[in-house]
Amino acid sequence: MLETIAPLQAATLVLVACAATAVALCLDPLRQIFLSGVYGLLLAVLFVVLQAPDVALSMLVVSAVAYPFIVLIAISRTRRQREKP
Amino acid sequence: MSSRQRLRAWIAAPVLGLLAAILGWGLSGAPGFGHFHGAYGDLLSATAVPQRHSTNVVTAIVFDYRGFDTMGEEFILFASVVGVVLLLRDMREPSGDRDDPVASDAIRLFGVLMVGVVLVVGLWLAAFGLVTPGGGFQGGVIVAGAIVLVFLAAGYRPWRAFGRQSLLDPFEGVGAASYVALGLAALIAGAPFLHNLMGLGTSGTLASGGSMTLLNWAVAVEVAAANLVLYTEFLESYLVPHLDER
Amino acid sequence: MTLLAYGVAVWVFAIGIYGAIVSRNLIHLALCLTVTQSSTYILLLTVGYRHGAGAPIFEDVKLGTAAVDPVVQSLTLTDVVVSVTVIALILALALDVHRQSGSVDPDEISTLNG
Repeated sequence: MLETIAPLQAATLVLVACAATAVALCLDPLRQIFLSGVYGLLLAVLFVVLQAPDVALSMLVVSAVAYPFIVLIAISRTRRQREKP
Repeated sequence: MSSRQRLRAWIAAPVLGLLAAILGWGLSGAPGFGHFHGAYGDLLSATAVPQRHSTNVVTAIVFDYRGFDTMGEEFILFASVVGVVLLLRDMREPSGDRDDPVASDAIRLFGVLMVGVVLVVGLWLAAFGLVTPGGGFQGGVIVAGAIVLVFLAAGYRPWRAFGRQSLLDPFEGVGAASYVALGLAALIAGAPFLHNLMGLGTSGTLASGGSMTLLNWAVAVEVAAANLVLYTEFLESYLVPHLDER
Repeated sequence: MTLLAYGVAVWVFAIGIYGAIVSRNLIHLALCLTVTQSSTYILLLTVGYRHGAGAPIFEDVKLGTAAVDPVVQSLTLTDVVVSVTVIALILALALDVHRQSGSVDPDEISTLNG
């Protein structure tokens, strides 16, 4: 069964490349953080498919909890001050 | 795109193409995908379980065979958090009681129920790191996430019970220091730095791995506290207005 | 398959740096740096992979079954968690720049005075 994973790996690698392009080329940080959450999930799937469960666990946790929190606070702080007269 | 940005893009694209070509040429010497010949990894997979009584070979490498590198990573963590604190902590008003209620009842109920669940999941992942996939790093970040969930579900005042400088700073220091202290304890006992000091236990149970269990928990405490200090600094700098921003 | 695997790692690296070069917002720049960082994880794990091998966990699995390389996994694992704090430091720098000069555009920040 392990020998048939090759198409799954190829598909996941292509999806990861597309998601990375989307994250890097999206100019608005608020949309970018949502795309980055999806990118983290795809990376975790890639790590599971490459037989690395420890790394997948840490990638899931980091991209779902840590990054959105600090980036959203940074965005709202810079946005709020720009709206001040 | 402004003209300066367009010029930057036109210069960057061919230069990055050249970099990609050089990287590709370098990688052509690497073994083909799926045919890795590393002898070190094979040796560790074969000897980690009988030698260290830990069924998770990756955790055994992180905390024992490569324990010194993990200490370096811990200090990168510590130094970055010190940098964030230095940047964001100065010149703030003393944070009083800020009224910040959560409007939706559903969020409040569900969130408060989930805090306990997420906390237990984080502690379970950290505890069973030597048996199944997991470990101090993953469990620490989940525990920090559980405590931040208190802020998201219940508002600012309950969060202040946990997210205080006086409470979190000692935990972070204790986590980093206990890793080094365990290594030095081995030195004092006459063995090499970070050598295993305790009995190895039975592999596949919680009581396995010897000193690795203690190092695992030290790293879990350090990672959780460091993440919480980060979240606290960011939250306080957002919620409490700066002295020169009025 | 080899071309695809290493090619994706190189592509992600290059697109992250390109996004950082043409960025007009310091927060966007920090997220592009995370993309570049993740390309090293992809490269490490694809180098260590073996066909037909399982994960290096021997909980219910007989010792001696083929496993992928555990050393690269240990390197990647610690790096993923530690890079959160490094990106947080970059974001704190961006917040400080915003406080001093009022904008997060790298082109509009006035040069150092005094």
